This record gives sequence, C-alpha cells and structure tokens, in this order.
Amino acid sequence: MKYIYKKVGSITFGLLSSEMIRKMAVCKVVTPELYDKEGYPVDGGLMDVRMGVIDPGLVCPTDGKKLRDCPGYFGYIELARPVVHIKYVDVILAILRSFCSECNKILMTEEKLGASKLNKKELMAKLRNIKKCPHCQVKQYTVKIEKPTSFVENDRRLSPIQVKSRFEKISDDDLRKFGIDPQSARPEWMILTDLPVPPVTTRPSITLETGERSEDDLTHKLSDIVRINQRLFENINAGAPEIIVEDLWDLLQYHITTYFDNSISSVPPARHRGGQPLKTLTERIKSKEGRFRHNLAGKRVNFSARTFITPDPRIKFNEVGVPLIVAKELTVPERVTEWNLNYLKKFVENGSEIYPGANYFFSLDGKKKKITEDTKEQILEEFQIGCYIERHLLDGDTVVFNRQPSLHRMSIMCHKVRILPGKSFRLNPSVCNPYNADFDGDEMNLHVPQTEEARAEAEILMEVENHIISPKNGLNVIGTTTDAITGNFLLTKYMKISREEAVDILYSIGISDFSNLKSGKILEGKDVFSAILPKDLSFIGTSKEKHDVIIKNGKLIEGVIDKATIGEDNGTLIRRLHAVYGAEEGIELINKIFRLGVEILLRKGFTSSISDTDLSKDVIMKNKEKLIYVENKVNEIIEEHKTGKLELLPGMDEYGTVETLILRQLNQLRDKIGENVYENVSENNPTIIMARSGAKGNFLNLAQMSAMVGQQAMGEGRINMGYKGRTLSTFKRNSLSPESRGFIKNGYKQGLTPVEFFFHSITGRDSLMDTALRTPKSGYLYRRLANALQDMRIEYDNTLRDASGKIIQFKFGDDGLDVSKTEGGKINVQRIVREVKANV
Amino acid sequence: MMKHILIPEHRKLNEEETKEILKKYNVSRKQLPRIKINDAAILELNPEKGDIIEIIRSSPTTGKSYFYRVVV
Repeated sequence: MKYIYKKVGSITFGLLSSEMIRKMAVCKVVTPELYDKEGYPVDGGLMDVRMGVIDPGLVCPTDGKKLRDCPGYFGYIELARPVVHIKYVDVILAILRSFCSECNKILMTEEKLGASKLNKKELMAKLRNIKKCPHCQVKQYTVKIEKPTSFVENDRRLSPIQVKSRFEKISDDDLRKFGIDPQSARPEWMILTDLPVPPVTTRPSITLETGERSEDDLTHKLSDIVRINQRLFENINAGAPEIIVEDLWDLLQYHITTYFDNSISSVPPARHRGGQPLKTLTERIKSKEGRFRHNLAGKRVNFSARTFITPDPRIKFNEVGVPLIVAKELTVPERVTEWNLNYLKKFVENGSEIYPGANYFFSLDGKKKKITEDTKEQILEEFQIGCYIERHLLDGDTVVFNRQPSLHRMSIMCHKVRILPGKSFRLNPSVCNPYNADFDGDEMNLHVPQTEEARAEAEILMEVENHIISPKNGLNVIGTTTDAITGNFLLTKYMKISREEAVDILYSIGISDFSNLKSGKILEGKDVFSAILPKDLSFIGTSKEKHDVIIKNGKLIEGVIDKATIGEDNGTLIRRLHAVYGAEEGIELINKIFRLGVEILLRKGFTSSISDTDLSKDVIMKNKEKLIYVENKVNEIIEEHKTGKLELLPGMDEYGTVETLILRQLNQLRDKIGENVYENVSENNPTIIMARSGAKGNFLNLAQMSAMVGQQAMGEGRINMGYKGRTLSTFKRNSLSPESRGFIKNGYKQGLTPVEFFFHSITGRDSLMDTALRTPKSGYLYRRLANALQDMRIEYDNTLRDASGKIIQFKFGDDGLDVSKTEGGKINVQRIVREVKANV
Repeated sequence: MMKHILIPEHRKLNEEETKEILKKYNVSRKQLPRIKINDAAILELNPEKGDIIEIIRSSPTTGKSYFYRVVV
C-alpha cells in the first residue's frame, strides 16, 4: 500500500457570492410544491431529484446514482429582492459605519490611517463617530440598527438594496485595510440575492407508518421561503403598491432569518402547526443537542447497563456483582466450535428466558435470529460449527465498569462478573476510592466487550489489579477501609485467640493452608495476621502513630497494622505486596487482609456509642478551668485594645492584631481541650480505636462531640457580619467578645445554645454553598486542562512532546522520574537503605 | 536586570553546540519551544532568528535543569 502524506497548508473561510451559489447549484427551485399526484418529486420543487434522491428506486439525474450512493447536490432560489443574512448583521453594520455614505471610502485619510496604530476594533470605534467624510466632505450620519435586520440612517431606513449598492462601490484596497480579503469575501455577498438550497439528503423526509410523509424542518422552512418569494415576484411584476411589496419583502426577510437561526431573541421563532419551534440550520449545529456535542463528540453504545451501586464486602476487589435481569439482557458472542458444541447447545436449549441462556443466534450465512420458544427448534436444527450465539453473561466474564465523571484512568476499570440476585451493581467498598463512588444513590455503567481483542485489551490495560498504584503520585488508590482497618488494628494490637478460633477465622476467609500458623494453644493476633502473609515477605514500615512495623520472613514481629500500612492512598504494606508479588497475587493478598479484618470485627463485635464521648468529672473541671483562663486572656486583649496599650503585630493594623491574638487564644484553647480529652479516654473506647487506626474520624471530631466545638471560622477570621457593628442584636455594638463572634463553648453532646447554633449554621451554610459552587467550576477547569494536555507523551529520550513532535519539556518533570514508581513523587532513599540493611 | 536572582541564566549556543542539541533530541528548529526575539531576557545576547538559547534553571528536584528555546 502506498501512502500519500499531505499536510494542510492553509484554510480560507469566505462568503459565497451569488455567482458561486448559482455555479454550484444543479437546479433552480421555483415552486413550493414537493410532490405531484403520483408522489413523484416535482421538477423545480424542493425535493427535485437533481438535488439527490432519498426514495428507494429513484435515480439521481445528476450523477446517475441511487439512494445511499448519491451524496446530494445544492440547488438555489432566486430571491425577488435582496435580503440581509442574519449572521452577518454585525459586520454589515460595522462596515456601514466605517465607510462614507456618499463616496464609499474609509472615513479617514490615507496619511492618518497609515500613522494610526489602532487595531481593527479600535479603528471601527473611531470611524463610527466621524461626522464628515474627509474625502468628499459630505455629512455622515451614524447608522443605527433596528433589531434584528433593519438599518436606519438619519431616521430613514436603508433597504438591503441600498446597502448592497454601497458595498459594491467599496474598493478592494479599502477592504484589505479592514482585514477583509476581497477575493473570498466581498461585503455585498453578505446581502443575499440568491439562496442556496441544501441537498435533499441533508433534509430527508420520513415516511410514517400510515404512509404519510413528514418533511424535515428545513424543507418546511424552505418551502415557506419559496412561497413568499413567488408571491413577491408576482406582486412586483403586477405592479402592486409599494406597501404590499414592502410587507412581503419583510416577510421574506423573516423567513430567511429564521431559516438560518430560529432562536434569535428579537425574532419570534417559526413554529410547527403543533406549536413547537422549528429546528433550523443554527439549531442543528449549536449546543448540547447539536451536531458537534451530540453526534460527533458523543456516541451511544450497545451492550451496556446502568443501575445504582451497593456495597458487598464479600466479593473480590476485581469482581462486580451483576443483577440476574441485567445478565439476561447483556450478551457475549461465542462461536460454535468442535469443542464447545454441546456446551453452547445448552444455552440455545435454555432460550432467552431461562438463565444461562442465549438471546440471538447467527447462522452460517450470517443471518440473525432471535431465540424464542417458536424459533428454538429450527435453530437447534441449524446449530453447527461455525455459527455463533449471543449468550447470557456468565460468572467470570470480563466487563468494563465505569463511574462518571471519568477524571482519571481508574474511573474505568475491568472487572469479572459475579451474577447476584437483586437489582443493583455490587462492588467491593475498597474500589470506591478510585471511582470516587459512594452508596447514597450513585449509579454506574457496565460495558461488555464483544470481541476477543477487546477483551484482551481490557484485561491487559484495565484490570483492577493493575490500577492499585495511581499514576498521579505513585500511591495506592486501592487499600482496605473502615472495618477492615479497625479489625486488623485490633487483631494485631492486643487480641489473643485460641488456636481453634484462629483456624475457624482463617478458614472462613478462604484459607485452608494453615502451615503458616504458629503452633501453640493460645495465639497472638499478630500470629494470625502473619498466617496470611507469604513466607518470604520482609518489610519495615511505620504505623500511623510513628512506631516501627517490622515483618520478617512472613512474620509480623513488631508494630500494629493500621491505615499507614494497609489503608488507601498511603498504605506502605499494600504497595510492597503489589511490588513484590505482582498484580495478581498482590491483590489476592490485599483481599485476604481485607476479609480478615472484616471477619475479626464481625466475630468480636464493635459498636461506637454515645457513651464513648463521656468525660470524667476531672476532665470536665480541667476544661472549665482552661476555658475561664482563656476567656480572661481574651478580655485582657480587648481591654488593652480599648486603652490603646496593645502592641501591634508586624504588618497589621490595630483591628487585625486584636483579631489575630484572640483567634490564636481560642484555637489554643480548642487544641488544649482536645489534648485533655485525648489523654483521658480509655484505650478501649471504640471511637478512639477508629480514630487511632485511621479507619474513620479523628481526635478533633471526638473533642467536638464530647467537650467543645470551638471557634466557627468564615473566610479569614471569625464571623463578622449581620447587623451594624454586631452579629446579632443580643450583643453590644462593636463587641469583640468570643461569644458574639461565633465561638461555641459547648460540645455537640451537651448541645448548643441558640446563638451558638445560629453561628454553626452560618458556617455550615457557607461551606455548603462553597462546595456547590466550586465543584462545577473546578470540574470545568480540570476538563480544559485534560483536553489541552491529552496527547502529550514521553518519548524514549525522556522528552515530553505533543502530537506533532514539538518538545514541551526536555526532561519529563525535570527529573525524568516515572511518578507511578515513586512515593508521592519522591523516592524515599532512607527507607530503602534501611530495608536493604535489615535484609543483609 | 539579568543579575536578578529570579532570572535564570540565558546563553546563546554557538553553531557547534546548536548542531549537537538538534542532533541529541533529533528535532528541527520548528519543534523546539520558542522565544521572542525581543524577549527582555535575551536582549543583551543580540540574538538573531534561528539562534538557540540555552536556559539554565535551578530546579527543586534536580538542581540544574537545561532548557532550549529557538529565537523567532
């Protein structure tokens, strides 16, 4: 095959001249009628066969081709009077204002024009206000526009004929000065004297079931134009009074305007008889339902499904639970061979109703047949090697699973099917993170690859196990969550388990090989955890509370397992397992850890209750003391401020200093109370356990529940809005006291005072608004960025280049690092050294 | 101005170096990033169209990073 490489040198956009319109036309449209009595397109009508054929059996006289082969050709309508093209009204107006009404030269002398450094916009703005032509000294009136398509000069209306004749007199040189190329776009071409009629194939009529024909909106509009145009012709030729001609002319202008654009604010839209607006040329192209976004950028697919998602921690990470009714609808094509003949026959025998069955049968000659009770027998007769069937989705089939917005590659991953009862897609809660999914009503899409190639591609590139490491920072997007973390944390921290129970637990998570389990009657939790690790695993990490976690030869020797080792985003052990044992075995191990954690928690029982937030009298006293102390401090600051003794902080005025100092005191108070709470709650407090292990919540949450919510911040500082000089009318004007500026003394459990509640709702509403407004904004920002950067790639020489080979960066990221092989963009040399040392 | 710490070092490459760079990255001048001839940072170098300017920036990750731009 010989390739011809061509590059686009230049593109010229221009206007169609009247000549051009006639030249490219194959016929002249003169009658609004479409078909004759026999239903054959009328010659000179809008469906003239010379403009293409859309009926089977007819032959296009222009190219001799039939339906589908004939691309269609333009025709034209000769307009009785010229008409303004609505899309060029602005340009026409600008040109009218820039040229002399008498001599049609630019309203500026050559010298002045050459000397001025104005751009075209500025130039036009200047020319608009010139009152006298410098060439012929004729007084100039500013042309006004009467929307949508009339031009008025000195209170007299300029007809399109007048405008056109003015434009015709403008010299080519003058046009070039305005950046208009007279070869491709003479301004008088913006006034239409002939209207091109698009090919029939662009406005095909549809035949309804009743045999009636329903014409395209464009055809309707064009026939309006032809009808009025003919009437205008007749009236002019009959010498009708000027008013009648003018009226018809305006009507013609209206029809042509709406033919181009039916959604102009100043023009009432043309409507169907039913009342719905016609979809004309502009509407065909523009906006979401237009050609670009609807047909070119957005396409529809078959073999896909969508429902809401619900969690199922019992299925594997790389599985997706598919409802039975979905599985009966989605199919996989499978060819009949010598080896699967009997296997596939069963699907046909089951039919489309009984699962697992098949919906369609493709015979040897490629005919598609639906499998029903009636056709089943015949199909079974035809059933032979080489045919293929579309069978129902089965367990283990490869599917592609997706949640919008698809912001990164982990938003579309490949899963294995698990057919489950119910009506929702089930997914393991651990893969919520990459999809950014939750179960408050989220829906997700499922696609079934139809060919062997597509399946292979999906499996190689998109499998869940290959997307554990995020390409954005090299951290793991998949890890264990919530209960699994709590469970493993408890297990490895203090649990002691009898051997029998340990075996029971391990067996229930699918482990039947207990050779890894340490011997002895009573086992430590660490030993149970070690039982699921591979024997050759060595690992040194740190726990969430910065203690060492040491695994040597598959035994957890020291430390607890928590979010820092097995959690999402920065689970060091997860990454290690993935790196050492590969994608497949790695995810199996992570899965085991996950199930172990859940199982432990299930057996032990774990409840977080209100009494978790109870504080001892001692702590309550302490907090009270601290509160009084800080309140006095704040009062002192305010006092100093009032007496003018306050020393200003660098770079701040008086008010700023006071605010900063007070805020600092209040924040210290909150932190201190947090510490008090933290030091005085029991280790076995479930809420604390969750916070410690990193499963959910933090100490601030606990402190806010049990002791004090603290200062409500809005924007930079404290709440400072509402009435004149005060937030609420209960306070004194200009009061700087903590309680009047949104400080909440109480905890959520004690309950808030009405005033405190009010402040809390202020910040609550503020942050709600903020997220609601920010999400679409940042989403669009990201979309633009992604589109701009989408075809950049790193070449073999480490340079970052765009699609045309232009260099963007000489070394990717200046350091040439593959981010997915780093930890948060960095290489942790210290850790590596430590591990190598420990292994030697 | 060129002595300001925020302005990285700009240097005009001689012919030999130019060839070397173009060969190293296997690119034509068209594929390199561009710099305007009247860019304030290279005024003192008396650049001509087609010259290649080497910019040595300090980078937090690699210390020094080299960048090449062609004068247009």
